[in-house]
Amino acid sequence: MKVSMTVNGRPVEAEVDPRTTLVEFLRKHLNLTGTHVGCDTGQCGACTVHLNDRAVKSCSVLVGQAQGAAVTTIEGIAEDGGLHPVQAAFREHHGLQCGFCTPGMVMMAIDLLRNDPAPSEATIRQQLQGNLCRCTGYHNIVKAIQAAAATMAATEPAPTQMKEQLA
Amino acid sequence: MNATVIGKPIKRREDERFLRGQGRYVDDLRFPGETHAYFLRSPHAHARIRSIDTSAALAAPGVLAVFTGEDLKADNVGSLPCGWLITDVNGEPMKEPPHPPLAQGKVRYVGDHVAVVIAESYLQAKDAAELIEVDYEELPAVTETARALAPDAPKVHDEFADNCCYVWEIGDKAATDTAFERAKHITRLELVNNRLIPNAIEPRAAIALYSPGEDRYTLYTTSQNPHVIRLLMCAFVLGLPEHKVRVVAPDVGGGFGSKIFHYAEEAVLTWASRKVGRPIRWTAERSEAFLSDAHGRDHVTTAELALDEQGQFLGMRVRTTANLGAYLSTFSTCVPTILYATLLAGQYKTPHIHCQVTGVFTHTAPVDAYRGAGRPEATYVVERLVEQAARELGLSPSEIRRRNFIPKEAFPYSTPVGLTYDTGDYEATLNRAEELADVAGFAQRRQEAAKRGKLRGLGYATYIEACGLAPSQIAGSLGARAGLYESGEVRLHPTGKVTVFTGSHSHGQGHETTFAQVVADRLGVPIEDVEIVHGDTDRVPFGMGTYGSRSIAVGGAALMKALDKIIDKSKKIAAHMLEAAEADIEFDNGVFRVVGTDRQVTIGEVAFAAYVPHNYPLEEIEPGLNETAFYDPSNFTYPAGSYICEVEIDPETGKVEIASFTAVDDFGNVINPMIVEGQVHGGLAQGIGQALLENCVYDPDSGQLVTGSYMDYTMPRADDLPSFQIDMHGTPCTHNPLGVKGCGAAGAIGAPAAVMNAVLDALRPLGVTHLDMPATPHRVWQAIQQAKQQQAA
Repeated sequence: MKVSMTVNGRPVEAEVDPRTTLVEFLRKHLNLTGTHVGCDTGQCGACTVHLNDRAVKSCSVLVGQAQGAAVTTIEGIAEDGGLHPVQAAFREHHGLQCGFCTPGMVMMAIDLLRNDPAPSEATIRQQLQGNLCRCTGYHNIVKAIQAAAATMAATEPAPTQMKEQLA
Repeated sequence: MNATVIGKPIKRREDERFLRGQGRYVDDLRFPGETHAYFLRSPHAHARIRSIDTSAALAAPGVLAVFTGEDLKADNVGSLPCGWLITDVNGEPMKEPPHPPLAQGKVRYVGDHVAVVIAESYLQAKDAAELIEVDYEELPAVTETARALAPDAPKVHDEFADNCCYVWEIGDKAATDTAFERAKHITRLELVNNRLIPNAIEPRAAIALYSPGEDRYTLYTTSQNPHVIRLLMCAFVLGLPEHKVRVVAPDVGGGFGSKIFHYAEEAVLTWASRKVGRPIRWTAERSEAFLSDAHGRDHVTTAELALDEQGQFLGMRVRTTANLGAYLSTFSTCVPTILYATLLAGQYKTPHIHCQVTGVFTHTAPVDAYRGAGRPEATYVVERLVEQAARELGLSPSEIRRRNFIPKEAFPYSTPVGLTYDTGDYEATLNRAEELADVAGFAQRRQEAAKRGKLRGLGYATYIEACGLAPSQIAGSLGARAGLYESGEVRLHPTGKVTVFTGSHSHGQGHETTFAQVVADRLGVPIEDVEIVHGDTDRVPFGMGTYGSRSIAVGGAALMKALDKIIDKSKKIAAHMLEAAEADIEFDNGVFRVVGTDRQVTIGEVAFAAYVPHNYPLEEIEPGLNETAFYDPSNFTYPAGSYICEVEIDPETGKVEIASFTAVDDFGNVINPMIVEGQVHGGLAQGIGQALLENCVYDPDSGQLVTGSYMDYTMPRADDLPSFQIDMHGTPCTHNPLGVKGCGAAGAIGAPAAVMNAVLDALRPLGVTHLDMPATPHRVWQAIQQAKQQQAA
C-alpha cells in the first residue's frame, strides 16, 4: 500500500507492506533511527513520537493509521541547531544514561508539558508510567522535566496567558 | 591534579547525540545486501528432538538458509564456554556440560535455540520458522532451585548423576561451629533471593558480516566487552583466528550484566555470515529477551548468626543453593561463589564465617551476573540476619551495627572469607545516613501514619562490595580462565589533540566524560581536546570490558599508567627543547618548565616536536607520542555504604510505598559526582524493584516462563519510586592511582535489604516476622492475614 504523511515538517511518501508499523516506517524507510523499539507489547515507551501533536507509541500504530498525519520524532524537535528546552534540561540534569529510552522520554515529556505546563512531581511520575527507564531510577528525569517546565514558563507565554493577551 | 576538572559535575559529552536521536545502536546500523535472522526457540522446558524437517521453511519465499545444531556440529562448531572453573569440595572440577549454540539432541529450557532461519526480510524469516517441523518428545522438567536435587528431579544433563554442578565452600567450618557452640543467641533465617530478568531497555542485537576479499569477519553486537566476546567466540566456539575477527560494540542501551556474556546468537550469526555470503542482522524481540537473556540471582539460603550477650557477632553459617539454569553462561559459576560468599563479612568483624554453596542445573534460562552479581545476594543475607538479630535481642538496628563494625583504625582488615579491605569508615556513613533520613523524627512520623491507618517502617542496610575486578593472579587461583586487567592507550596527535582508547565499555556510565576528565586533568589540556574511543577490537588494543563496577578503578588506572608514560617521554623531549636536564623539568597543568625559571614549553609544542622531530633527541627516544598501558590491580576495591529506607504500608491493600530512601556511599575519590549520583539512582531503582516488584516465575509443572512480558514482569516505573536522598563520604582507595572504588552496582546491592527490613519493621506490630521478596501487595496482605489468624488462634 501507498502512504503519505508529513514527518518533521517534510512530506514523505512510500510503498509499504500493510503490516508495517509506524516505528518500522520511521526507522527503516526514513532512516530516522532516533526512535527506538524496546518491547513488543507497547509498554516501554521508547518508540514514543508525536502524531498530530499527541504522544503515541509508534510501535502500536500501523503506518496506514498515520496516513495524512503530521508526525514529529526526536530528530524534529530542536530548532536552529540548538536543543529543545526539554532536551537541554535532560542534559543539564543528567536525565539520561544509556540514551536508549531517552527519545521516547523526551517526546513524552514535551507532550506532558504541553498539557500541563507546571506539573507536580507526582503528576510527572504518573504521566511517565508508560515509559520505562532502567538506568536513571527516574530521579533525574523528573528533575529535568521540572526544570524544563520552569524554563519554558519563563521563555514562552503559557496557554492561559496567551488567551488573556488575545482577550 | 587540576581542581577545575576532577570532582566536578561536568555535563556529559555523549548526551547531545543521544538527545538528538543520533546514537548509533546496533539496530540502527545498515549494511548493503543485509539479510535477517530469526531464531526458532524451544517451546518446551525439556524435550528430546527426534527430528527436524526444514524443507518447507527452506522453500518459503525469501528464505536463504536454515541451520540447525546438526549443521553446526558437522562444521565442528564448538560449545559456548564458561569462563570460571569452580572446584568442588571433593576436589573434582565442576560439572561442565556442553552448550551448543543450536540445540543438539535435546532442548533444556523454554527459549533454547533450535534453528536459525535467514531470509531477505525479518517477517519472511519469522514466517518460515513456523514451517520448521520439530518432532519433540516432551520430557518432565525441574525449574525450582530448591527442587533441583530432589531424588525424583528430572536430570538436565543425562551424563551426570544428578543436577549438582558443584558443592563449594569457603571459611573455617570447625572454628565457625565452635563459635556457634559458645553463642548466647542464634538468629536463623530461611531466605529466597528472587530470580530477576535484567531488562536493559535496548534488546540484544547483532549484525555479522564476512568479507571474502580480506577473509575477515565483523560482528556488531550489544556487548559490555567486545574483546572478551571475540576471544571466546574465536578460541572456543568457531575456531577462527582472532586477528581475522573484528567485534564492535557501538552505543549500547544498558547492560546491567546481561550483555557481558557470549551468547549463541553472536556465534551463529558470525558462522552463518560466511555460509550465506551476505550480512545477517538479528534483534531480539522483548519476548525473546525475557526467554533468553541470562537471568540473575535465584538463591535459596539458610543463614545463621551467632551472637554473645552484648550482641557481638561470633560466627555466621550460610548454606545456599544457587540456580545456574540449564547451561553454564560465561561467568555463571563464580557469581554465587567467589562474588557472593567472600562478601559475607559485610562491614562487620565477625570472626568466623563458613559458607557452602551448591550450584544446580534446572530447566531454565542460564543464570549469570546481574547488577551486583553475588554481592546483592550476600548483603541481603547479612543485613536481614543482622536486623533480625537486633529485633530478637532488643537492640536498635543502628546499635547492633555499630557494635560490630570494623573500626576505621583496623584497616587494612582481613576477613575470614578471603578478602582484605583497604579502607573504610562505616560509622561515618551511618551517621550521615541517619542524619539525612531524620531517624530522630521517625517515631513521630510513625505515629502520624498510624492516625491515618497506615503502617510506617524504617529499615537499614550497610553493605560492602568488592569490585574493580580483579587482581588476575587471585582470580586465576580461584578458577578464572581469563585475566582481569584493563588496557588503555593515549595518543597525542601532532596538533596536541588527544585520542584515548580504553578497553572499558560505556553503555550508560558516561565514560566519554569521566575518562576525558581524567585525561584532561593529567595532561592539562582542555576537555574538548580529548576524545574517548571504546568498543571496537580493531581500534582499542585490548579490553576486559565493563562489569563489576570496574571501569574507573581498573580502566581509569590503566589510562593513568599510559598518561604517566606520555609525561615521562614528554619530559625527555621538553628537556631537549629547553636545553635542560630532564631532572630539572617539572610538569604542571599542561606546561613543562625548567624548575625555578620561566623557560617552558606546552604539551602541545612537545607533541608537535615528537611528530616533526627536526630538533629532537633521536638517539635517545623514538618520534611520536603514543603510549599503551595494561593495569592489573593489586587488590579489589571496597565501596561501602549505609542505606536507610522508610516505607508506609496500607494494611487494607498490602501496598508498600517508599516514603523516603537515603543512601550514603563511600566510593573513594569521585571524578564526576553528577554521574556517580546517577549510577546510585539507577542501582537503587533496581534494588527497590527486586524488593517490591520484580520476580521471574517459571511454572513448576510445565516449565513455561510465566513472567515473559512487561504485562507480567513488573518493572519499576516512575510512580513506583521516590526521589532519593544521596550523599557520599569517601575514603580514598589506597592501591589505585585515582583513589577510586567504583559505584555502578552499589544501589542494587544495598537497597533490597533496606527495603525489606523497613517492610518488616512496619509489619512487626501485626506479628509478621518474615517475608520473601518481592513484597508485592498480594504477599504483604497475605502475611498480614496469616498473622491475624495466628494471633486469633
